[in-house]
Amino acid sequence: MKILTGNDLKTGDVVWWTGESWSRHVSDAAEVGDNSVDVIAIEEAARRATAIYEVAADHTAGGILPVHIKEKIRATGPTVRPDLKLAPADPAAGSWVI
Amino acid sequence: MYKYDHYDQAMVDTRVAEFRDQVERRIAGKLSEDQFKPLRLMNGLYLQLHAYMLRVAIPYGTLDSRQTRMLAHIARKYDRGYGHFTTRQNIQYNWIRLEDAPDLLADLATVEMHAIQTSGNCIRNISSDQYAGAAADEVVDPRPFAELLRQWSSFHPEFSFLPRKFKIAVIASETDRAAMRLHDIGIQIIERDGEIAARFYAGGGMGRTPMIGPLIRDFVPIGELISYSEAILRVYNRYGRRDNKFKARIKILVHEMGAEKFIAEVEAEFAHLRGLNIDAPAAELARIKAFFTDPPFEAGLPDEIDRLDPDFAVWLDQNTHPHKRPGYAIVTISLKPIGGIPGDASAEQMELIADLAERHSFDELRVTHAQNIVLPHVRKADLATIWGALAEAGLAEPNLDLVTDIIACPGLDYCSLANARSIPVAQKIARRFADQQRQRDLGELKLKISGCINACGHHHAGHIGILGVDRKGVENYQLLLGGSGAEDASLGQITGPGFDEDGIVDAVETVTETYKTLRADGERFLDTYRRVGMTPFKEALYG
Repeated sequence: MKILTGNDLKTGDVVWWTGESWSRHVSDAAEVGDNSVDVIAIEEAARRATAIYEVAADHTAGGILPVHIKEKIRATGPTVRPDLKLAPADPAAGSWVI
Repeated sequence: MYKYDHYDQAMVDTRVAEFRDQVERRIAGKLSEDQFKPLRLMNGLYLQLHAYMLRVAIPYGTLDSRQTRMLAHIARKYDRGYGHFTTRQNIQYNWIRLEDAPDLLADLATVEMHAIQTSGNCIRNISSDQYAGAAADEVVDPRPFAELLRQWSSFHPEFSFLPRKFKIAVIASETDRAAMRLHDIGIQIIERDGEIAARFYAGGGMGRTPMIGPLIRDFVPIGELISYSEAILRVYNRYGRRDNKFKARIKILVHEMGAEKFIAEVEAEFAHLRGLNIDAPAAELARIKAFFTDPPFEAGLPDEIDRLDPDFAVWLDQNTHPHKRPGYAIVTISLKPIGGIPGDASAEQMELIADLAERHSFDELRVTHAQNIVLPHVRKADLATIWGALAEAGLAEPNLDLVTDIIACPGLDYCSLANARSIPVAQKIARRFADQQRQRDLGELKLKISGCINACGHHHAGHIGILGVDRKGVENYQLLLGGSGAEDASLGQITGPGFDEDGIVDAVETVTETYKTLRADGERFLDTYRRVGMTPFKEALYG
């Protein structure tokens, strides 16, 4: 499957396209199908996220995860600082960008 | 150290206001990302793997305690409590919010700091010898010349859009502690027949095409330092390639044009510039030099040190360096604790270092290109006190220039350009060689790791270098041997097929064990490698 990732414009946080909006949790990501170009154009114009790009992902036992290690690390945080990882159930982190 | 005059301060303050307006316009949608990106990069603000990253310039690696406390404040207020000292003697923050960046830069400006020209195709932060002004072997303190070059290169209108980025290092001793010949321009301040002058190298660099810079001119009168630098930049700006970013650095120009023709072009430009009187007046250089006079060293201090504590004695032998004045020493604070992240320091550690610099080093400290911190002027009588404070904060690892004093770029844990992680490899190697006696037995061994071909971790210049690559989506690590960034500069050679993350740790150990069987008395790893060549190491690695 293909999903979209980018960064929240104001904060820089890594975000994932949910089909309607952006989430900080990759588990919320939605299949973008063949709509990447259109979604990227609309969302860049909306200035919610920036530097948006498409990545390959898989459904895994742990939920949706990017295929490539770069985006896996992007989704989960630096492997050398587990204290900085975004906790999936952490309400204080704020799941939704908008 | 140098203090801003009202021109310096006004330039920085104006830039903060300008960037604040640009950020506001970006957030309001008046600037697209394509329009905004070059503007934020000119202010050191990248968009990295996880967030915006800000690179703050530390001119020639020199800081005072007030500035260091500000770096700690920024780590705490705007980031996640830490910063990362880099191989260009700068500091990077990994978790900056765009909307906070103008306030952060305004805070930085209050202590005469900024992030200008830490990115983009311009002249970057000038680097220098971390022992400048303290080393016994220097001709003069190189920092006034680095500062003059900083002022010349800041907002230089002709050199703000070069073919590629441009890095300059200035040293003033025969011992090269700044990897000078691996810079676009390397300047060695020399003294000949009582006259101070500059020796110029150009066309060095690392990255995907590493080159050691050839000698361009052996003697440039110091009063013409700017003219000659300008001549080199003009030739590069005119002939450097702009059609291919991978061939756009000056090293490619010098290589393709040939050093002889390049020198002829520079000399012709230099002859032209000599008539234009663009160098700083002697009074201006004297004004700058006045900021770098010796601190009020005490006379008659003892050189004897109580070595009764064996841990202190080990640190003393490994992490201190002779000072030019009796009774003083140069201290290197290792940011390489075993299993730690090379170059990272927490806000609390930065504040401790600032306190120690204020109390014990005439309020001065330095960042090294090897990602450590230096207290340049410490009374020997104070060393035990400093060691004790550092030990409590996890900053007393006695490993300067040993196998665990590893340079590592942020790698794939933070960098969007990286192909593989660097930090976990550094951590595993450090843990494998954690035994201090084993490290000291191996002696000087500079190990440098980059997570991609851009070589921010200086792997080409490592006695042992490691380059992370992407092999069909899997991290793989090439091993290089025989590099050096010192006065005996050389480029490491790849041993053969790469290794996986655990395999590269084993491979490093195989190399060091092979060295132990081959070394002659007094030989460093690099000396042995240069004597025996690659073959015995290859045989040990690949059979």
